[in-house]
Amino acid sequence: MNLYRYASPASFYPLAGRLWPVFAVIAALLAVYGLYEGLFVAPTDFQQGEVYRIVFIHVPAAWMGMFIYLVMAFYGVLALSFNTRLSAMMMRALAPTGMLFTFLALWTGALWGKPTWGTYWIWDGRMTSTLVLFFLYVGFIALTESIDDERRADRAGALLAIVGSVNIPIIYFSVTWWNSLHQGLTFSKSGGSKMAPDMVIAMVAMVFACWAYSIAVALVRARAIIREREPAHVWNGEAA
Amino acid sequence: MTTAVQAAATGPLRAEGLQVTRGPRQLFSELSFGIDSGEILVLRGANGTGKTTLLRVVAGLTQPDQGSVQWCGRAWGAKDAERRSVCLYLGHAHALKEELSALQNLKLALALDGIEAGTEACAHALDACGLAGRHAVQVRRLSQGQKRRVGLARLALSEKPLWLLDEPTNALDAEGIERFSALILGHTAKGGIAAVATHLPMPFQSARELRLEGSA
Amino acid sequence: MSSVSLELVEQSELAPEDGFWVALKRDLAIAMQNKGELAQALAFMAIVVSLFPLAVGPEAQLLKRIAPGVVWVAALLAALLTLPRLFASDYQDGTLEQVLLSPYPLPVLCAGKTLAHWLTTGLPLAVLAPLFGLQYGLNGDELGVLVASLMLGTPVLSMLGAIGAALTLGVRGGSILMALLVLPLFVPVLIFGAGAVEQALSGQDTTANLSLLGAVMLAGAVLTPVAIAAALRISLD
Repeated sequence: MNLYRYASPASFYPLAGRLWPVFAVIAALLAVYGLYEGLFVAPTDFQQGEVYRIVFIHVPAAWMGMFIYLVMAFYGVLALSFNTRLSAMMMRALAPTGMLFTFLALWTGALWGKPTWGTYWIWDGRMTSTLVLFFLYVGFIALTESIDDERRADRAGALLAIVGSVNIPIIYFSVTWWNSLHQGLTFSKSGGSKMAPDMVIAMVAMVFACWAYSIAVALVRARAIIREREPAHVWNGEAA
Repeated sequence: MTTAVQAAATGPLRAEGLQVTRGPRQLFSELSFGIDSGEILVLRGANGTGKTTLLRVVAGLTQPDQGSVQWCGRAWGAKDAERRSVCLYLGHAHALKEELSALQNLKLALALDGIEAGTEACAHALDACGLAGRHAVQVRRLSQGQKRRVGLARLALSEKPLWLLDEPTNALDAEGIERFSALILGHTAKGGIAAVATHLPMPFQSARELRLEGSA
Repeated sequence: MSSVSLELVEQSELAPEDGFWVALKRDLAIAMQNKGELAQALAFMAIVVSLFPLAVGPEAQLLKRIAPGVVWVAALLAALLTLPRLFASDYQDGTLEQVLLSPYPLPVLCAGKTLAHWLTTGLPLAVLAPLFGLQYGLNGDELGVLVASLMLGTPVLSMLGAIGAALTLGVRGGSILMALLVLPLFVPVLIFGAGAVEQALSGQDTTANLSLLGAVMLAGAVLTPVAIAAALRISLD
């Protein structure tokens, strides 16, 4: 089988159409199971009480926000070096999901912070760098949406994602460094380092639920982009 | 749509199977042509049929969706250094800095081309293009036709073999057109090549024409 | 009359690094014709820096405490205002196409253009920074660190900013969009730059922050010209 075949929108479109429901179902099942494990089965944290349960959303969201940007940069490299339209489409299909997860991470972080630290926002290293990551997503989407020519929008977005991903480690390092210079603002959110087995199971389930959700949504969005850009014969063939 | 010229595709410059799509519109596809040494190709076609785009594709400014541009049998890459030392592209815009003088502009343009031209040579070329006494004037004070003539002076001093000219006679008066004609014929007499996109009548007879029809 | 050689002799004679000086001299010559614009960025910086005491009150202790942040944020904003100048006018008058078609390597030309931008914006700003520092009661060594941090940091603003300026050429709402793209990328420079001055204020050793700034600048000098060149090719396609 030639995997290369799926790099063309015409063969990708029906494939994505078959795959996305699978990932959507996996995401739903894992989310239901993970939330049940996390909210009802996992033991109460002896320091933070019930509030800590927000980690089951917060941590996967933060990871996904970070990870999706790197995946976008990877697709960006493919799009620029091999001039493949599909990689650019996947890159753009992923951006809103990445931004959503980053926003969720910030939002749940704030909700968690209020009862734990008594404030919605602190300039803690991780929250600050997540905020900068959110701004990177905003910049990416703003740029790609303002360019009318799709080809230029794709390539400009790809370059921006690559430049951003090269900068992410520097930004993370600098923010951590900045945080360490201003002692007293450092809080530890992880509480106890020991996690009960039920907590681990819930966390793993939620992480994979987020993965499956991201893949499903990206596939649906990529299909929408193909319908928007490609001539009808590319995506009409599905019925046949 | 280009069968008439395809037969002659043997010159040093060859374009094969070019396809360019802009947004939903396909400007041209499977476009092939060649230009021989000492030959001029005139690109014709209604507005929006891709004359400028085709020149930009040859120059390497625009990447075609498909097809290639070859020079002496070797296909040019997107960032080909040879391509940039072969092509001289005069675009629709004058490519002049308004705040600098004609002479300064000419020297800067040549410096970018990697040509070291002395003030005297530049002044001489400007004189020859009908800009005597206007060398030190800021370009913003020159008329459209005079700005074109600065471009002509650049052609006169360039040693690049392939000229890609977009509406070179726009805004030129009869005398300017004559100078342009002399320049381009001198260039081809030395074995140079030129592709000219225009909707105006050209002062030379010998040129082949490539007509872009535009696709539905 | 010599004949035009199709085989091209001149290619071998061109030294790629000459392109750097060609681009640098070109942009400096153009900047010299627009000295007013150069002064505008400095005036902008002076006004922004003077606004803060009016907003937060004239208390000397507080002003000294916020000085590093204020001067550095103002420098970021001033850099942002000057960035469109880097490519936008070249884009409009068609000379940018000629830059792309020059036989010199495009990244080398971009490096020259970026240095010219820094020489006409970041450098004067760093040189005049002691004036701003004095308004906030900084003295001696602290002023020295402020200047050093700006000297090392503002080139990075020009380099990263050039990528944003190139990507947003001719795009709707270009200048505000450019701010969205580049400000997040400026974060490390802001942190290291303001951090160095802050450490000077509290009498700590500033070498770590300044070295980090220097490292970022060197990495930027190596990597960004390629990115700027790629961005220009994308925007002019």
